[in-house]
Amino acid sequence: MLRRLALLICLMALPATAEEVVLGLSSDKVRITATFEGSEVLVFGAVKREAAIPDEPLDVIVTIAGPSMPLTMRRKERVLGIWVNTDAVEIDEAPSFYAVATTRPLEQVLSNVEDLRHRVSINRAIRSVGAPAEVADAQTFTDALIRIRKKNQSYQMLEGAVALDEQTLFRTAIELPANLTEGSYQTRILLTRGGEVVSQFETAIEVRKVGLERWIYTLSREQPMIYGLMSLAIAIAAGWGASAAFRMMRQNG
Amino acid sequence: MQIYLPIAEVSVNAFLLLGLGGMVGVLSGMFGVGGGFLMTPLLFFIGIPPAVAVATEANQIVASSFSGVLAHLRRKTVDLRMGTVLLIGGLIGAGIGVVVFNYLKSMGQVDLLVKLCYVLFLGVIGGMMFFESLRAIRQTRSGKVVAKRKKHNWIHGLPFKMRFRTSGLYISVIPPVLVGISVGILAAIMGVGGGFIMVPAMIYLLGMPTKVVVGTSLFQIIFVTAFTTMLHATTNFTVDVALAVLLLIGGVIGAQIGTQIGTKMKAEQLRILLAMMVLAVCFKLAFDLLLQPSELYSIGAAGGH
Repeated sequence: MLRRLALLICLMALPATAEEVVLGLSSDKVRITATFEGSEVLVFGAVKREAAIPDEPLDVIVTIAGPSMPLTMRRKERVLGIWVNTDAVEIDEAPSFYAVATTRPLEQVLSNVEDLRHRVSINRAIRSVGAPAEVADAQTFTDALIRIRKKNQSYQMLEGAVALDEQTLFRTAIELPANLTEGSYQTRILLTRGGEVVSQFETAIEVRKVGLERWIYTLSREQPMIYGLMSLAIAIAAGWGASAAFRMMRQNG
Repeated sequence: MQIYLPIAEVSVNAFLLLGLGGMVGVLSGMFGVGGGFLMTPLLFFIGIPPAVAVATEANQIVASSFSGVLAHLRRKTVDLRMGTVLLIGGLIGAGIGVVVFNYLKSMGQVDLLVKLCYVLFLGVIGGMMFFESLRAIRQTRSGKVVAKRKKHNWIHGLPFKMRFRTSGLYISVIPPVLVGISVGILAAIMGVGGGFIMVPAMIYLLGMPTKVVVGTSLFQIIFVTAFTTMLHATTNFTVDVALAVLLLIGGVIGAQIGTQIGTKMKAEQLRILLAMMVLAVCFKLAFDLLLQPSELYSIGAAGGH
């Protein structure tokens, strides 16, 4: 009875102790221009609360996920002396970019159940359901995907990269690499206590090609015929122009 | 200076591209070859996706051949009739090539096919050129002159004969159409103009006079690669105009320098150098296929199996 009462009090008290995120982003738009070399996004904010700080320490997890798309992982095997793609596994959903920044090592700030529910760790952010029957070790394909993408900075595990002051102010910087794809980058801030997510905040960073890049890309997808003809015309003009200029230079010089 | 290529979606150094274009341009000016067969593998090495490299290279070849063909037209060293026959074959071949290319792309085998084609053709052509020029160098040293044979072979027995006035030939249209088709397929799959195959075929197989061979092959190459560019642009969306222009600017400047160097060297020396270079690229690609790659896994677009 007493326990039930305690629970009731806890439940009633919940809205009061609820902590909310007030977020700031150094930029909510990333513009890919012709000279784009990557970009650093600063994620910072404060925890708003109406009650005293609970005893258990607060942790902050920041994730940024690029647009998800299905893809095919292939593995090479030696066939007749040369290395050939043989086995393939379809990955149903994998973000083109994924970064997780935390205040402490992830297994200490987030329980397995919560990770499963919120799909926080890199492994959980990738979804692969149907592996063909002839491939026994489908997990190695997912591991390979993570390994390759970690290598070129597309997947980042930044444990301890979030700075948290007085359990209230937090900030982290996440490096977006140069080979970024366009789209809406979902940004999440999770507050956890004792491995449980106590509050969640979501926003998006828009990554867009701009200017000439935008124009070329759109034209190539929407008007491929015109784009093809234009590429030919530009290339011919450039080639002809350069050789004509060179001829003139030689005649004068 | 890094530049973000809008279609390839990778960021590369602009000077690296200009330099590559220039380097291949020097070689193409020296040896009088298009350079596509060197540029495309080099683009693979610097990390441009093969599909983009092949399609963009086709675009670049159109442009670099254009000023060449104008010069040949002025000198009247283009056999337009033969060029048109080769072209018809070439267009059919390019169509077949793009279909094969797209099919293998969905199978995940396109990189392998492109690389195997390169190893095979570079190996055969490079080897033949190497031994041929070695023989030529030996013969000029010993002072012997080879008599030119007048050939009469099975080609002259084929039907559908046609008169090619500029080349001074009266032969069947079947062999030129076949040559055109095979070059067209190669152009689409390998991202090359195919001059390095067509020129020997025109001289040895069709018996065309050497002075019209280069102009006529350039004439054919322009239209076939333009067609290939359009096919890749409309079916694969893989033509990167920014990449093409950067390579081209370097290439044109390089070609002018190369021509100057080329005039100072002996033909046999030039040929043996070219042969060695072709073989070097061939061996590099072959080793990549034979040695165990450091990463066995690769990421591909969805939809394939």
